[in-house]
Amino acid sequence: MTFAQPKMTARDVSVFYGPKQAVKSVTIDVPTDEVTAFIGPSGCGKSTFLRTLNRMNDTIPAARVEGQIALDGEDIYSAGMDVVQLRARVGMVFQKPNPFPKSIFENVAYGPRIHGLARHKSDLEAIVQRSLKRAGLWDEVKDRLSDSGTALSGGQQQRLCIARAIAVDPEVILMDEPCSALDPIATARIEELIAELRGNYAIVIVTHNMQQAARVSQRTAFFHLGQLVEYDATDTIFTAPKEARTKDYITGRYG
Amino acid sequence: MNPLALLFLVLGLGLIAWLSARARAIALDRGGAQLHSRPRQHATYVALWTVVPALIFAAIWAALSPSLVTASVLADPAAAVLPAGGFERDSILAEARSLALGRGYGAFYDESEALAPVFAQAQSFYRWIGAGIVVLLAVAGAAYALSRITPLFRARAQVERGVMLALLVASLIAILTTLGIFLSLVFESARFFAIVPVTDFLFGTTWSPQVISQRDPGASLGAVPLFWGTFFIGAVIAMIVAIPLGLMSAVYLTQYAHPRVRRWVKPCLEILAGVPTVVYGYFAALTVGPAIRQIAVALGMPYASSESALSAGLVMGVMIIPFVSSMADDSIAAVPTAMRDGSLAMGATTNETIRRVLLPAALPGVVAGILLAVSRAIGETMIVVMAASGAATITLNPFESATTVTKQIVDLLTGEAEFDSAKTLAAFALGLTLFVITFLLNIVALRVVKRYREAYE
Repeated sequence: MTFAQPKMTARDVSVFYGPKQAVKSVTIDVPTDEVTAFIGPSGCGKSTFLRTLNRMNDTIPAARVEGQIALDGEDIYSAGMDVVQLRARVGMVFQKPNPFPKSIFENVAYGPRIHGLARHKSDLEAIVQRSLKRAGLWDEVKDRLSDSGTALSGGQQQRLCIARAIAVDPEVILMDEPCSALDPIATARIEELIAELRGNYAIVIVTHNMQQAARVSQRTAFFHLGQLVEYDATDTIFTAPKEARTKDYITGRYG
Repeated sequence: MNPLALLFLVLGLGLIAWLSARARAIALDRGGAQLHSRPRQHATYVALWTVVPALIFAAIWAALSPSLVTASVLADPAAAVLPAGGFERDSILAEARSLALGRGYGAFYDESEALAPVFAQAQSFYRWIGAGIVVLLAVAGAAYALSRITPLFRARAQVERGVMLALLVASLIAILTTLGIFLSLVFESARFFAIVPVTDFLFGTTWSPQVISQRDPGASLGAVPLFWGTFFIGAVIAMIVAIPLGLMSAVYLTQYAHPRVRRWVKPCLEILAGVPTVVYGYFAALTVGPAIRQIAVALGMPYASSESALSAGLVMGVMIIPFVSSMADDSIAAVPTAMRDGSLAMGATTNETIRRVLLPAALPGVVAGILLAVSRAIGETMIVVMAASGAATITLNPFESATTVTKQIVDLLTGEAEFDSAKTLAAFALGLTLFVITFLLNIVALRVVKRYREAYE
């Protein structure tokens, strides 16, 4: 499936961990201002593929990526690409909340500081406040910004990580099973947040939870055994999948 | 009876007890009874009862019997020839003992020859009594334990308790030894502080044990220059070397090095900790010291000595690099990968990630490593003995000579002074102070590490 103006494009992308191939020739377009969900059984390569979109696989020495991935038409694996800049444009939220062992304020201010986004302290404070508000965390933490980020509850920590990611004003946010370590109430808050953030960012979310994919995403890609089996509008995937494997998976025949 | 033969006798009895207990338990089992414990466990239980009380008694007897022997020798009419007391009396007794044991070559005192047979007789008497009681205890223990073997008897739990007790004793020995070391220091130091006031020792700034005035011994036994030298060499110069090098190598090994490089470099670095300190001492005295002297001369200090604080400190710093780096390495590696990924995903470089996220998160572990390294450095002796001179000065000039507490202890105890002079006793007071300082440093380091562990689990 292709779009007139995709945010990110992947062409024939394969990922190898040593001799083992984890992602097999995936071609996909990620739309702007929409939420795209990657679903599939464990070990199907969806998280691995997600991590190629901001080159986080670079941190794993044995990983090797083939094929072409572009952000706004620019090849992100080309020699001229600055990984640091790329990751500022393509932010990421992880499976387990991973706030730094710093204060709430410093957690959000981390990105703006390293990228020099704030000239004055007041600018930085404004960015932190705006990011926390967008992440729906401001009212809960505004009186204790100097408390440690690790002292928050799991759901708050995850929203703090989202605030941290949006503080550098990224164009794309990658979320790798952001709710799998959270309870249902915290999960619902994150899902609401994703709905609010849609329209400002291209969001790609990997999830195990098919109801979650159905609730939050507009497009869904089904991965199986390293391959992209089917990619379509979420409604279509969940009501009228074209592939038998997709149908089997969403009806719970395996996974 | 020969102690070794006795030991084998007891072990042999233990083996017999083991075999017979097992046979008995197996017979019970065959007889259709439902045994609570396995025959092996019954056997071990009986063997323990046979061997352990007997050996404990043997150990106690070995400690007690010499004084019993001496007492009975003194009670003998032959002891009447001994002088009433003092040095001679002790010497004669000691000589008689070694003659009785067949170790002496002819006698210096005639009286001891007369006493030797009495000694030998008393010795063999008590030895046989001891051996008899040991064998009796072994047999009694075996009989008692064998009588307890019934199908319901929980030999397994009993053996478990025996093992637990053995482990407890093992750990107590280590603790009691530490306590013993501490107490021996305290008693000797108390004698020292009876001669020299504590305040003179702790706050005095003159250290010249060569000339101690009888009227005011405290005036030349002020330890401040020594502690300054120790601090300057061990905690300043050595740390200036060890902290950056140790930290940087830890960061390189955990964050940048290819796993294959890490596999080789890390053990090499740890070998540094295993080099005997005497070897470091050579290196400091023969290689680094003269080189530093030349630098000092070039810098306009024509009378610089090759025995400088700098050479000892530098080499000591190299020696403790592994202490800093392996603690730092462990604590950086213990920072969850999620932290690192989180920072990298924000677009931070590896360097920014290390400085802003990994090191702050690993800081408690790093600090603990540094504290342990400091306590190691200030207790280090050999390098300073070989590479730093004895002049006790309070100076900030690293090219000047300096001395440390440990070096002075060596000097004080290797002289020919009497053992209870203020000069010799000062060594114990120095040792005690050093012990307390390193002990406190270790406690602080362990607490820091503990707090850090809690933060991530």
